[in-house]
Amino acid sequence: MNKVVANAAAAIEGIESGMTLMLGGFGLCGIPENCIAALVELGVTNMTCISNNAGVDDFGLGLLLQKRQIKKMISSYVGENDEFERQMLSGELEVDLIPQGSLAERCRAGGAGIPAFFTPAGYGTEVGHGKEVRYFNGKPHILEHALTADFAIVKAWKGDTNGNLIYKGTARNFNPMMAMAGKITIAEVEELVQPGELDPNYIHTPGVFIQRIFQGEKYEKRIEQRTVRTK
Amino acid sequence: MLDKIGIAKRIAQELQDGWYVNLGIGIPTLIANYVPDNVNVEFQSENGILGMGPFPFEGEEDADLINAGKQTITAMPGACIFDSATSFAMIRGQHIQLTVLGAMEVADNGDIANWKIPGRMVKGMGGAMDLVASAENIIVAMMHTNKRGKSKLLRQCTLPLTGVKCVKRIVTNMAVLDVTPDGFKLIERAPGVSIEDIQAATEGRLIVEGDVPEMVLA
Repeated sequence: MNKVVANAAAAIEGIESGMTLMLGGFGLCGIPENCIAALVELGVTNMTCISNNAGVDDFGLGLLLQKRQIKKMISSYVGENDEFERQMLSGELEVDLIPQGSLAERCRAGGAGIPAFFTPAGYGTEVGHGKEVRYFNGKPHILEHALTADFAIVKAWKGDTNGNLIYKGTARNFNPMMAMAGKITIAEVEELVQPGELDPNYIHTPGVFIQRIFQGEKYEKRIEQRTVRTK
Repeated sequence: MLDKIGIAKRIAQELQDGWYVNLGIGIPTLIANYVPDNVNVEFQSENGILGMGPFPFEGEEDADLINAGKQTITAMPGACIFDSATSFAMIRGQHIQLTVLGAMEVADNGDIANWKIPGRMVKGMGGAMDLVASAENIIVAMMHTNKRGKSKLLRQCTLPLTGVKCVKRIVTNMAVLDVTPDGFKLIERAPGVSIEDIQAATEGRLIVEGDVPEMVLA
């Protein structure tokens, strides 16, 4: 079993125009920077991207938006991106906004073999329109379906060649669920190590979910809102 | 009349020892600065941390440690980090005792709208719909009127809803109000604000019973 690929370009082999991708990250935290750059380079179009956010104008998924490579975004929050807002309001970009917890659970369900579930989030709002409603313990819930993707692309801090992953800080976010929900899942990591170097007790994503892994060439890890206090 | 800090200080008085609390973006974030001395609470940020600490000192920012507003933060001793599905399990499963969030409109039946202005502004609901659908205790922190002077406390919301019949309490620059089956019940007035001022700024049904006390802020 050889999961290790040389670089981002090799990792995204097989991604074609029109496919559905999942991309981990929250804001610019924990996004697969190297694979996004490779997708811009590859030039695939008409992509459906499932990601909590859409990056900023000149970083993250914003880079794919700039090049008009995205047909549809499935996200929970898309502020902080002018080009995104322009494309959405003009109708160039299809956008499916879904509650953040439902997005996380739909990805988790997709990877866990649960086809759908009921949640109270969104009942009585636009999100609930046309969805089956059922009452549990006297409270209304709506039916949400699992999400899967042709490729899921996640970013971790450390990974071993078996695909076991450890995330750092709040860069974990959506990455573990999306790793489970890709038909093929690509992991890019800051540090790729040999089996045995990671303590099995501290693995966040078991390697079974990962098909391809590589060490990213460099990480900018841009900060979206730098907030500090003075000593 | 209160400013945003005043609103945050008043809501901080609601915190109870041992609570886990989720603070939304904007005024709610300020509440963390005014936790009473004898009260220990843990702040949850829905992107995946419990035990969120203050902003880092300059030069110690970590791109891998942010809150739901994407601001750089620190982790308190005893903090823990988890994925987004676990985070919303805490929220949906009612393991978080208090949610404070901002709003564009609140109706007198507890409906809330805070994620979309059709044709003009669509940022998305983020975690707000999950939070308001499940939280047992929801406080809205907002200004009483919008920038054009129009009431944000309405008989019915005009904007797309975030959640239905879920808001329990509202703290504005003018008043503290509870949502009851008969409308907004005036609980406290902000310093220097009269009942008449509040009535004039409230479009929804307003219930005033007896002498309504003025807020006491430390």
